[in-house]
Amino acid sequence: MAVKIAVASGKGGTGKTTVATNLAAVAAGAGRPVHLCDCDVEEPNAHLFVRPEFDERRDVTVALPVVDVGLCEHCGACAEICAFNAIAPMPERTVIFEDLCHACGGCRLVCPNGAISDGSKRIGRLETGAARGFRFTHGRLDIGQVRVPPLIEAVQALEKPGEFVIRDAPPGVTCPTVAALRGADFALLVTEPTPFGLHDLAAAVELVRALALPCGVVVNRDGAGDDRVARYCADEGIQLLPGIPFSRDVARAVSRGELIVDVLPEMREIFVSLLDAVTERLDHPDTVREVRT
Amino acid sequence: MKEVVVCSGKGGTGKTSLTAAFAALARGKVLADCDVDAADLHLVLAPERRRSEPFSGGREAVIDPDRCEGCGSCRDVCEFGAISEEDDGRGGSIFKVDPFACEGCGVCVHFCPSDAIEYPPVIAGEWYVSDTRHGPMVHARLRPGAENSGKLVTLVREEARKLADARDAGLLLVDGPPGIGCPVTAAITGSDLVVAVTEPGVSGLHDLERLLDLAAHFRIPVAVCINKSDINPDFTARIESECARRDLPVVGTIPFDPAFTRAQLRGLSVVEDETSPAAAAVDGIWRETLSIISKL
Amino acid sequence: MKVIVSARNNDLDGEVDPRFGRGVCFLLIDLESDDYETIDNSSGAGATQGAGVLAAQKVAATGAKAVLTGHCGPKAYNLLDEAGITVYTGIEGTVREAVARFRAGELESAGNADVDSHW
Repeated sequence: MAVKIAVASGKGGTGKTTVATNLAAVAAGAGRPVHLCDCDVEEPNAHLFVRPEFDERRDVTVALPVVDVGLCEHCGACAEICAFNAIAPMPERTVIFEDLCHACGGCRLVCPNGAISDGSKRIGRLETGAARGFRFTHGRLDIGQVRVPPLIEAVQALEKPGEFVIRDAPPGVTCPTVAALRGADFALLVTEPTPFGLHDLAAAVELVRALALPCGVVVNRDGAGDDRVARYCADEGIQLLPGIPFSRDVARAVSRGELIVDVLPEMREIFVSLLDAVTERLDHPDTVREVRT
Repeated sequence: MKEVVVCSGKGGTGKTSLTAAFAALARGKVLADCDVDAADLHLVLAPERRRSEPFSGGREAVIDPDRCEGCGSCRDVCEFGAISEEDDGRGGSIFKVDPFACEGCGVCVHFCPSDAIEYPPVIAGEWYVSDTRHGPMVHARLRPGAENSGKLVTLVREEARKLADARDAGLLLVDGPPGIGCPVTAAITGSDLVVAVTEPGVSGLHDLERLLDLAAHFRIPVAVCINKSDINPDFTARIESECARRDLPVVGTIPFDPAFTRAQLRGLSVVEDETSPAAAAVDGIWRETLSIISKL
Repeated sequence: MKVIVSARNNDLDGEVDPRFGRGVCFLLIDLESDDYETIDNSSGAGATQGAGVLAAQKVAATGAKAVLTGHCGPKAYNLLDEAGITVYTGIEGTVREAVARFRAGELESAGNADVDSHW
């Protein structure tokens, strides 16, 4: 089955990467053509757990306007159209501010003399390869770079038809997360059973609903908190998928960069049932069920 | 006035829990929650809102279906794939902007031959000035899907600084955003100290290093705190070595302790709840941090 | 010679606005004639980003040779410098006082932006 599952979370540190990597391992083991795409380009971590061998590495760039001084008439049309104040025609030359520019192309389009062309600016690196029998791709944003979604889109551009794509999304519910969710079939929202976990889960649910994306919730560290998340899911009619009980063994394994499905048999069982629950849901997209474990 | 920003690189290391505890321990301070994407500090500090203001992040393009003539110029110039064609129900096409993909650049607005595109400011969130049991707090919330450029973070910091000046507070304590992107840059530039909260493990170390690189890039002093240190003592030692290599102080380590969650469930910071190893550790860490601040 | 002072209002006896990019307005003062003109900065003050960039362009277009202000960020500073305009930061008090000190040669030009990049 070709599918794109995005593993997301309102709150950071709930276990997105743990869920994405272990789900990928179990799905690949079950014969799915898995492609694990780490879209958390600010802090990519999935590679630490699956240890891919990369067969391609390249720079990812965005367009940055370049002004041909010889053609520029200092008319100021470029500055007028720029919503970001990123281009400043001064008496001697036109200055462009890289970190303000959104690469919208407006200045290039309005310049009456065609004095502006698209140069390029590197924002990060894209690496793709294989790990444990499945495809793996991630992006790594350069420190200090401001343009995040284009790098996430570059990662997603490597998703092929027919693949069982699992995306590790960035934390939070703003722009980068929206980019990571775009085109997904299902959002797997990871949270923890605490006040912070519930609060941020509610924001994530608001986002996926606005994007008309079906979702299910995985409670990680279940037992180290209370039942507020379970009650919220019941009240909201959101499917509660098989969760991961709190355990120091899990925390230790994750700290060591291990896949918990490799080192803890009970975790393998949980992830197999999580995979079943998710694929069942994808097979029957019109069914909204509350599944309690 | 000194400004201390608690950051983490990796999410979930205990940044907000630690900030809440510092808020309980520190004297004469103003608080700011700059984690505007996933603001949680208010869940522990129970703020009473005194002031509430809308936040406008930028603009968005909105096509008026009645004025749209279906030429598609907007779609042709949009670099972000935010405009799509739809059936107008009369055998022709009209065009529509996806608000989640729209960057607010206004290029389509400029090029629409029918003047059919509105370009209103977007209300992307709200910010608040509140009172809490530990002092005044400036905080905010971004609408899900909004752009988190750092502008709202900057606004929260500025308002918090104004409040600190007005009250002659010696300290501005900031709950920072996770990651290393724009919001973090906006939270840390010009501050006096970043307290980086990490946890021992491959992810914790990896993300901490990226945060340390960012802080070094902006030449901001950093002190490191290692939470859940006993989950992996080898990695705790590795983090301590990395800090030594970079000549950065470690203000302390905190053992993994369910006291953090227990306190959070009770709406308290860990130092306000029953005594615990975590509370004792945090107390020492705050004193160490204060000592560093006093020498800045 | 003309100088620009960032100001909170259009009164020479009003306070210097400490912000260059997001100041309320600019007073363009002709040192020969003592005449002055008010340049509104509301578009800059309300800009989502690049307020200093916008303000610097506005100032460069006036032909002023010096800017007196409280704080100036690196983008604005670079543009003003590019345009051959000398920047003086840390200026406080009224606009009139600031201009008088400038005339008397009491002010030291800033070698650089005095604050980091900011919104």
